[in-house]
Amino acid sequence: MEVFLQQLVNGITLGGVYALVALGYTMVYGIIQLINFAHGEIFAAGGYMGVILISWMVAQGYPPFVCLGVALALAMGYCALLAMAVEKLVYKPLRSSSRLSVLLSALGMSIFLQNGLMLTQGVYDRAYPGEMVQGGFEIGGAMVSYMQVVIVGVTVFLLVALNGLVFRTRIGKAMRATAQDKTMSALVGINASRIISLTFAIGAALACAAGIMVGMYYGSVRYDMGFVLGVKAFSAAVLGGIGNITGAMLGGLVIGIIEVFAAGYISSEYKDVFAFIILIAVLYFRPTGIMGENVDDTRV
Amino acid sequence: MTTPASRKLWLGYGLAMIWLFVLLWPLMGIKPEGLEFAESFAVWARVAAAAAILLAFWQAKQHGFLDAALLPAQAASALLARAAGRVPTWIWLALLAAAMVVFPFLTERYAHDVAISVLVYICLGLGLNVVVGLAGLLDLGYIAFYGVGAYTYALLSVHYGLSFWLCLPISGAFSALAGCIIGYPTLRMRGDYLAIVTLGFGEIVRIVLNNWMKLTNGPNGILGIKTPDAYWWKDGAFTHIWLSSLEQLYFVVLGLAVSTVVAVYRLNHSRIGRAFEAVREDQTAAELMGVNTLGIKLLAYALGAVLGGLAGAFFAARMRFVSPESFTFIESAMVLAMVVLGGMGSIPGVVLGALALVALPEAFRGFELYRMFVFGGVMAVMMLFRPKGLWPAKRMGARSEERD
Amino acid sequence: MGAPILELRHVSAAYGRIKAIKDISLVVHPGEVVSIIGANGAGKSTTLMSICGVLPISGGEVYYDGRRIDGLAADLLPSQGLCQVPEGRRIFPRLTVEENLDMGAFFRRDKAAIEHDKNRVFQLFPILLERRRQHGGTLSGGEQQMLAMGRALMSRPRLLLLDEPSLGLAPLIVQQIFRIIREINEVDGVTVVLVEQNANLALQASTRGYVLETGSVILQDEARALLANPDIRKAYLGE
Repeated sequence: MEVFLQQLVNGITLGGVYALVALGYTMVYGIIQLINFAHGEIFAAGGYMGVILISWMVAQGYPPFVCLGVALALAMGYCALLAMAVEKLVYKPLRSSSRLSVLLSALGMSIFLQNGLMLTQGVYDRAYPGEMVQGGFEIGGAMVSYMQVVIVGVTVFLLVALNGLVFRTRIGKAMRATAQDKTMSALVGINASRIISLTFAIGAALACAAGIMVGMYYGSVRYDMGFVLGVKAFSAAVLGGIGNITGAMLGGLVIGIIEVFAAGYISSEYKDVFAFIILIAVLYFRPTGIMGENVDDTRV
Repeated sequence: MTTPASRKLWLGYGLAMIWLFVLLWPLMGIKPEGLEFAESFAVWARVAAAAAILLAFWQAKQHGFLDAALLPAQAASALLARAAGRVPTWIWLALLAAAMVVFPFLTERYAHDVAISVLVYICLGLGLNVVVGLAGLLDLGYIAFYGVGAYTYALLSVHYGLSFWLCLPISGAFSALAGCIIGYPTLRMRGDYLAIVTLGFGEIVRIVLNNWMKLTNGPNGILGIKTPDAYWWKDGAFTHIWLSSLEQLYFVVLGLAVSTVVAVYRLNHSRIGRAFEAVREDQTAAELMGVNTLGIKLLAYALGAVLGGLAGAFFAARMRFVSPESFTFIESAMVLAMVVLGGMGSIPGVVLGALALVALPEAFRGFELYRMFVFGGVMAVMMLFRPKGLWPAKRMGARSEERD
Repeated sequence: MGAPILELRHVSAAYGRIKAIKDISLVVHPGEVVSIIGANGAGKSTTLMSICGVLPISGGEVYYDGRRIDGLAADLLPSQGLCQVPEGRRIFPRLTVEENLDMGAFFRRDKAAIEHDKNRVFQLFPILLERRRQHGGTLSGGEQQMLAMGRALMSRPRLLLLDEPSLGLAPLIVQQIFRIIREINEVDGVTVVLVEQNANLALQASTRGYVLETGSVILQDEARALLANPDIRKAYLGE
């Protein structure tokens, strides 16, 4: 029972992170039907920006929570700019090209960014400052570290904020309108390019936060960490029904929990395989995802 | 040069460069020891200068300032192309064949090594070309079949001592089987889902190779694989020899590559090849014309897998060692980049792509680290400026997915 | 009559290599209801899409309110008072009725006035008030047409382009829609360009009409005169 609870806590932590990354995939797919392969790299870039900023601020002697907060905000802005640059440079000029072309250029961009990170940051792991958030408490035999609390807290905050943005604000409505019908949204005065840019920026900011969380949770980042996590997060997006925001959140949680349990009870060597198997199974048996097609209230 | 269009262009350039600096500096300039500008500024200045020169060139070309130089060059190259076109194709092929045969006798070991790599990648590229170029199925896990082929031969050679030549078809068959197993559930999916699922399968194969200690010896790999053997006329009798020198291996893989080229060429112009193209161009129409689309896709996938498996078997024989490290996603991406860069569906294109991606970096060894960085960028930008590749296939129409 | 609100001078447009409209000239004055009639494929919808900047024109000029608008991005026009209800209505299917209306007022910032206009739309189309929380995609064809028109009115248009408002609707609903078109024109003072296959209905609601055939204007006249024209009666009014 204790083990079970512990796994659940760890799974939720991991799942929240997957959910944050999955949102970027699902939003971009919802609006321009592109699997943005470079999204995993944005996540990794976020992790690096976090370590760069936090290390610097810690060296300047700022208190940990200030470091974390400021680094989070700055890094999210940075990743938003990065994703917008990628979008403007490569995806936008290809908007009327064949799907295969865009997919290939997305893949190229992913390789480019990953190696860009490697060239500027080196091939070795880069460690987060250790003394950021320490300690924890016990619930029913499960250890919950304060780090996990911070991660889940930030994740929940971002998810709620995103939900509010997409479903309550004028811009959110415009995003959904653009995803549903680009010509019509132009006819009511929505600038689709700007909305698409914004979508990339928001997705990137969320992925960036996830990158920092993962970096803090595991203690280090690596230039190629975006690849496997990206595929898992994409699996989460597919599991929730691609284009569906609530689905991506749920999908992320489910994949995170399944992965932690599978690693604990079945085999830790094969833990990365489970996400892939879920992805394949969902696409084969239920391509619309667990939420199904009828529950489309929350699709973008 | 002061038209509004030109002003807008340079304004955009300025903004882009500011943007670039904002993205570049934090990565290079913020260090725990302090902030530093010189290094990132140096990189940035180089990029900015290169971009400015390119832009100026482009603008000069747009305005016709370069016509004096470009037009005669164009005329000359057209003349050359016409002259080359007058020579029958078989003469070119004969010259090429002669060059391939004498190549090892004129060059060093190092060149042999590179040439073998290029030929292996040509086989792989042609295999993937059947899947991506002909049938239009984006496969991001293609290297898995290469791995299956390599491990099949490795295991059969190490445990049962079977000969390379016997194992070659077996490796192909196992890869085809793997292709069918992976293809059957996935090939119904739409193009982009297929891409991510094949990527997933590719990773699964690698993870299994890495963790199935009993069979594959995990990350340590399998040692002691035999090279191909042959009977050779020596001292008045046929004697059994191992083809272990680089020249001998070169000829083995040359044979493999030439057979692959011939096979793909024949396939290209066969009834099945046309069915592949029909499925690629318009699946619905193909189905209505009586093409069994799932069957055709599966066939394309399996054929691609066979070619990958054969190349894999050779790879194992040549290295005499296999480990999961050789079958990562990056390898899949490399092969895909060759096909895309060269020209999807085009045999000379794939050959050119393999040369560009394997031989060219060898020429610039100092830039080894930058290899994938450059390829990634080129692949992304290529889609903008030359989506059909360096040597485009002759018959390439619109894809069916283009219109949705 | 004063200056025209919309003027097309020798406009051509093409989809790829296929020329859809050739050398179209037409004039619309403020306060008019002008209908463009013609058979399927005559280029009526293409004309509207060219006016709105969705389809770039390949020749000629488009003037709106005295200013040249061809070459402008489509999304800049609604805020100038030029608005289209496209063919097939194109309701945002997964936005609620109310959100669809909000989208019509996307570029506007005057909250109170938006609220006022929304009430006006609900007054014109009471059924929309009832369905305001429902997704646009769940409405019937007639309700969708009303929503599309309501959405267009939310932008306070001065010139409204309506593409096939009667398409696929029951006769009773069609009558209702046309009554409202007239009301929008007379009460709110909106100039209307009406594209219709149902020529009889369109001409009866209009002041003037243009007849399009294979991408060109072949005839233009007062609506009453067109209705009386024997050739027109034969070709488009089913006699």
